[in-house]
Amino acid sequence: MPNDVSVAIRGVTKRFGETAAVDRVSLDIRRGEFFSLLGPSGCGKTTLLRMIGGFETPTEGSIAIDGADMTDTPPYLRPVNMVFQHYALFPHLTVGENVAFGLRYRPMDGPARGRRVAEVLELLQLSGFEARRPDQLSGGQRQRVALARALALEPRVLLLDEPLGALDQKLRKEVQVQLKRLQRSLGITFVFVTHDQEEALTMSDRIAVMHRGRVEQAGDAARVFERPATEFVANFMGASNFFSGSVVEAPGGDVVLELSGGGRASVPLDGGPAPRAGEAVRFVVRPEKLDLRRRDLSERGVPSVAVTVEDRVYQGISTIWSVRDAAGGRFTVYEQNERPFEESSRWQPGARLFLCFHARDAVLLRAGGGGAS
Amino acid sequence: MSADAGGGRSRAAYPLILPTWAVLGVFFLLPLCVLFVISFAQRGTYGGLKPIEDLGAYVLSGKFLSHYARSLHPIYLQIFWRSIWMAVVTTIVCLLVSYPVAYYVAVVAPPRRRNLLLGLVVIPFWTSFLIRTYAWMFILRTEGLANRLLMASGLTSHPLELLYNDFSVLIGLVYGELPFMILPLYASLEKLDRSLLEASADLGAPARETFRRVTIPMTAPGIAAGIVLVFVPSLGQFIVSDLLGGAKTILAGNLVQNQFAVARNKPFGSAVAFELTAAVLLLLLGYAAYTRRRGEDVLL
Amino acid sequence: MRRRGALLRLHTAVVFAFLYAPIAILVLFSFNETSQTAVWRGFTFEWYRKLLSDEIILGTVRNSLIVGAAATVIATVLGTLAALAMGRYRFRGEGLTRNLLYLPIIIPEIVVGAALVTFFGVAGLRLSLVTVVIAHVVFSISYVAIVVRARLSGFDRSLEEAALDLGARPVQTFFRVTLPLILPGVVAGALLVFTISIDDYVITSFVAGVGATTLPLQIYSMLKVGVTPEVNAVSTLLLATTVVLILFAQRLQQPPPERSEG
Repeated sequence: MPNDVSVAIRGVTKRFGETAAVDRVSLDIRRGEFFSLLGPSGCGKTTLLRMIGGFETPTEGSIAIDGADMTDTPPYLRPVNMVFQHYALFPHLTVGENVAFGLRYRPMDGPARGRRVAEVLELLQLSGFEARRPDQLSGGQRQRVALARALALEPRVLLLDEPLGALDQKLRKEVQVQLKRLQRSLGITFVFVTHDQEEALTMSDRIAVMHRGRVEQAGDAARVFERPATEFVANFMGASNFFSGSVVEAPGGDVVLELSGGGRASVPLDGGPAPRAGEAVRFVVRPEKLDLRRRDLSERGVPSVAVTVEDRVYQGISTIWSVRDAAGGRFTVYEQNERPFEESSRWQPGARLFLCFHARDAVLLRAGGGGAS
Repeated sequence: MSADAGGGRSRAAYPLILPTWAVLGVFFLLPLCVLFVISFAQRGTYGGLKPIEDLGAYVLSGKFLSHYARSLHPIYLQIFWRSIWMAVVTTIVCLLVSYPVAYYVAVVAPPRRRNLLLGLVVIPFWTSFLIRTYAWMFILRTEGLANRLLMASGLTSHPLELLYNDFSVLIGLVYGELPFMILPLYASLEKLDRSLLEASADLGAPARETFRRVTIPMTAPGIAAGIVLVFVPSLGQFIVSDLLGGAKTILAGNLVQNQFAVARNKPFGSAVAFELTAAVLLLLLGYAAYTRRRGEDVLL
Repeated sequence: MRRRGALLRLHTAVVFAFLYAPIAILVLFSFNETSQTAVWRGFTFEWYRKLLSDEIILGTVRNSLIVGAAATVIATVLGTLAALAMGRYRFRGEGLTRNLLYLPIIIPEIVVGAALVTFFGVAGLRLSLVTVVIAHVVFSISYVAIVVRARLSGFDRSLEEAALDLGARPVQTFFRVTLPLILPGVVAGALLVFTISIDDYVITSFVAGVGATTLPLQIYSMLKVGVTPEVNAVSTLLLATTVVLILFAQRLQQPPPERSEG
């Protein structure tokens, strides 16, 4: 196993009765990276996290941490620590005692423990909080205590189970940035579970999108966002504009398609086998990559689809357009309001326009889960 | 939800539950079985058991059911009947008396008073049943307070026989069991969603209708629990009927005790004990079915 | 509506008066000068003085305390373990165990007492304080289990997982995290056992041997003989003790710790 892999997950399946909460998942989480498990509730991301932490045992497969197989090792023997969703701070202990909890099992004396606690509290801007009790703290403070408690033990991997879920929007954004900075400065591998794709994108180096126990796609954050491999990932990441067409020909690295809504497009083939002529395929274009024009730009080689405006929501900085093509397909367009106000305000529901995009922004979809990329 | 770590999750339970199994198995289930077996035996000369020569003949002749047959004798049926109707009356009286109290404390009383009032209900619940029953002995005796007051106020010219009859037993029972009815009713009423009452009023129902169509059905679990908590102990009552009822008011519990302590007829006493138990278990099976249908919380 | 409220209040007041008047009367007359009860002659501590020098009664008090303490310790430990088993794990025989734990509460005391004395006879166990302790433990385990179980159901399991995660082994987790947090429930259960034990008459009357007379048994025989202010005095003391214990238990029965949410 390559030396830079912190957590190696191989063919892990977890069954509860008949259902597989996690289904044959294999992932490599690299040392020092911020890795997110992203997906809707019930997709298995928390179960997978708990298996890394040792709170569940895989039904099949193995988990290795830093090269050592830890599939059956109990949590108290793993060099891994978890920040729980509701923080799980011990209510009968003070902040200082909470943070020092795990240090009792290290060969340290009292004063050494006290110093370590102070050190970690300072790192999380909680200096002086030792004597407080958890019920005297705000949500954000409790979260930091939970972090401090886990980090005090200098784990090789830190697991975070949707720790920002209970915070309000503004605080969430601040904490996201702080967490990212913290991870960078500490250099510890973070495995982060969330259902919020924006959150995952803000903080992660790499993301694994999970659905029904499987990994649909894993890779660099930007790549997963820009080039979703499956329909589920596309939907989840908000790239809900699906175009269908049939293959005309597939020369080299491009696929020429006859779009079902009319027009042609030459879409890049992103690795994988080339589709055959006549095959029906789908591709996705992100809403912010779509453009509305008054004229058909096909002659210039720009894919253009004739559409009718259905709805228009003005949001100040941007406008969201809902349009429909001749075949009845619906598309969403996000547009920065750069255009002069008078011009675009003339485009009301019912207006006939052209939906345009750059061919390179089209992402061909494959059926079923993509692997790591 | 439990951590898998530390061994199989189901195996870890056994060392925790084994001591309880052992204690209850040996000192509870086993004695009950012994009692059950004895109910088929025959009384020996000195209160022990008569050895049975021919077990086969004994069983085939039906003799082993002799005590159960005997319990169907009118004298004993009268005792069972009295136990039942006393328990029924006690339960009904407790329910009628307790509901308004529970309603007041849970719904009407100002919230800051609620804890105090609840505490006042709880204290009798915990204090000695024996002493609370004795209090009525003290009051209802011929020279007791009740008679003194009646005579002093001129209502009667000579002391009344207030004690050692059905009336005194009923008072004792109601007095003893009242907290057991108030508490479950309170618990149920406390959980009642006030906005339901308001919605009912808003839809045009007068107070009586709201009470009948909303409050009562929604507190049905509390009512059921209260009925069980009062009826069952009343059925198996011993202390109240012994202290306040004297020789005139014998209930099933007194009969059993009498057979064991005085008549020294353990087999017959056991038979009656088991008939009492059967009645109680039947009742509780009904209650269990009722709660299961409603999907209520379980205690364990 | 106002009138209905007033009516309810009146009814409640009457019921409370009904509940407390007999007790109050009992207590009051324990201070009565004469033994000719129900006629108030004057205030005196005479009966209490008699009580406290009455060797027999003091002996039964000692017995009750011994039995109470022993039964409390044993039943609390067993009941707590049982509650942990029921609340934590799914195991074979779980449903049966639940029913088994309900039985001692459900089955009439008369039957339990009869069964125990018969069993002790058949098993050749001499009736003594030991048999009383056994009997008390048997009907107390269930109460502890119910009280502790209630406390456990509000218990946040992730606290234990956090402890395991931080390096504590299961046993260490139990003593450092679980036990401190369920302790109020355990203590409340213990107090419940103790008060039930010192009050029990029916079952104890079956299984107490010679020299193993407990306070309720003594009171009972005093009652059968006749009503005297001494009985009032004993009753008052017993009541006072119970009330103090209850108040203490109420103080401890705080709601379980909330999930630590933001």
